[in-house]
Amino acid sequence: MIMSRKPAMLEVADLEVVRGGTPVLAVPHLEVRKGQTLAIIGPNGAGKSTLLLAMALLIKPSKGKVWVAGEEATPENSLRLRRRMAMVFQEPLLLDMSVAENVATGLKLRGVGRAEREKRVAVWLERFGIATLAHRRARSLSGGEAQRASLARAFALEPEVLLLDEPFSALDAPTRAGVIADLLAVLRGTRTTAVLVTHDRDEALALGDDVGVIIRGELRQAGPISKVFGAPVDVDVAGFVGVETIAPGMIQTHEDGLAQVRVGDRLIEVASDLDPGTPVFLCLRPEDVTLQTPLEPGQERMRSSERNRLRGSVTDVIPWRGQLRVTVDCGFRIAASLTYRSVSEMGIAEGVAVEASFKATSAHLIPRVESPNGREGLEGE
Amino acid sequence: MDLIWGGAVQAVELIVRVDHEVMSVTLLSLLVSGSATILSLLLGIPLGVILALGNFPGRQFIASAINMGMGLPPVVVGLFVTVFLWRNGPFGFLHILYTPTAMIIAQCIIASPVVAGLTMAAMQQLNPKLRLQILALGANRYQMVWLLMAEARLPLLAAVMAGFGAVISEIGASMMVGGNVRGQTMVLTTATVLETSRGNFGMAFALSLILLVLVYVINVILTSVQQRSRQP
Repeated sequence: MIMSRKPAMLEVADLEVVRGGTPVLAVPHLEVRKGQTLAIIGPNGAGKSTLLLAMALLIKPSKGKVWVAGEEATPENSLRLRRRMAMVFQEPLLLDMSVAENVATGLKLRGVGRAEREKRVAVWLERFGIATLAHRRARSLSGGEAQRASLARAFALEPEVLLLDEPFSALDAPTRAGVIADLLAVLRGTRTTAVLVTHDRDEALALGDDVGVIIRGELRQAGPISKVFGAPVDVDVAGFVGVETIAPGMIQTHEDGLAQVRVGDRLIEVASDLDPGTPVFLCLRPEDVTLQTPLEPGQERMRSSERNRLRGSVTDVIPWRGQLRVTVDCGFRIAASLTYRSVSEMGIAEGVAVEASFKATSAHLIPRVESPNGREGLEGE
Repeated sequence: MDLIWGGAVQAVELIVRVDHEVMSVTLLSLLVSGSATILSLLLGIPLGVILALGNFPGRQFIASAINMGMGLPPVVVGLFVTVFLWRNGPFGFLHILYTPTAMIIAQCIIASPVVAGLTMAAMQQLNPKLRLQILALGANRYQMVWLLMAEARLPLLAAVMAGFGAVISEIGASMMVGGNVRGQTMVLTTATVLETSRGNFGMAFALSLILLVLVYVINVILTSVQQRSRQP
């Protein structure tokens, strides 16, 4: 792959953070390639922000190394390396001065001259749509305006690496969408390398090229977003990246890259190269599942490329992220995502008989192993 | 009522015709308390900042000691400074007991914990994440402290006011280490005590009035600075 030849702008290895004797973060290796955005996702309190602070050289890890643009961070060069990066926090954390002065702060700290400062401040206030607020006091801004000012302040430094710690989570939904759109445009336009910490997988999908999943202080999986979201390595990651159907099963046969998996009393076909006899979890994303209601007599039935068609009945219909989440009991539960319109046109409601179908390539198998703490899953890739 | 009325009239007279003695007492008060306040800022602000931002063994102990020192009784300070500066005391060789210098030292000891304690509180009420944000903007340690102090400038001004207020109206220590010598170490508060005890109510009223006006004017100036930086 050509992409992987790009140099790492930020890299951590063997990173460990211990707080009060308890390890809170362990990351064997993670890197962000030049011009890419790495999203770090995970539940609240998983250690994502701690990782970002270590990357920003703002906390000293108990163990491990950080490289910025290929240079290993040491106490001696940490200020110089910090000045090649910029960070935006969840709260805007503006200083009690005007918006323009705030945006100029980092430049002033670096000793950038007045003319250059004013030029850059004007450019970045404009880029984030807050040029008219330049002389307002920072504390008089709304949440969205303040976060734009905070982003402008970071970009004014023209950082080689931009670190974003849940920068949108304090914003209301419409404001958030606007700020994300502006940030995406600026990131694409400037080709700035970025790391985005978020607990929202939609933000990760919108902004990230690569993604790292941190759960309970451990980096469980990292890689291109399509790979991590499409083929999570364990059930925790699967759950976090939006896999809603996770059912235990066993591979029965394997032929031509297609495995037959027994889940309950059903046989499911899944594209996989795992061997027969392997205990697995069958993973399905709700958007990959299609539902059919029985056809009216006389209507021709078409062949489908969907290898799996399972009959069952609807147990549950709930609104979810602007759509409806329909749960179907086919011997095990399958979650499907449908629009309001489909649900009403097809007459889907609790108790209705439907057929759930999905392609062999949409399903993903995670080998199932007994882990020491009794939880089933697989650590590492 | 005559007593009060007569005293008030005399007080106004003394102030209006710029009585020499009243003026010299006022100037000495300002000089002594002003110097003591400036010294206490030089000591108290860095100490308060270090206690608020630092993390070192003994921090908690020093912080508690400072909080206790904020309520230090001036007479106790007066006693200790007198003993230390006494002819055959540890610093007796300096020969500064019963001089304005001794008063400045005593007042500085009174004001420093007040300034340090309020500075510490002012810095601690800042959002702890602000420190990380300022460092993330590329600040070195000194730049970070400077920006944090700028951010806490309103409560820091309150620390200055409280420090000055504590010493300008203080009496016990000034009396003990200054000796209340007319024309040399007599300040507004000690002079008021003396004149009142002698029944010179006019003089006492005049001195008190000046003291009140002084405290008021200085607080008006500081408050206006505070309010100015509050405006959008």
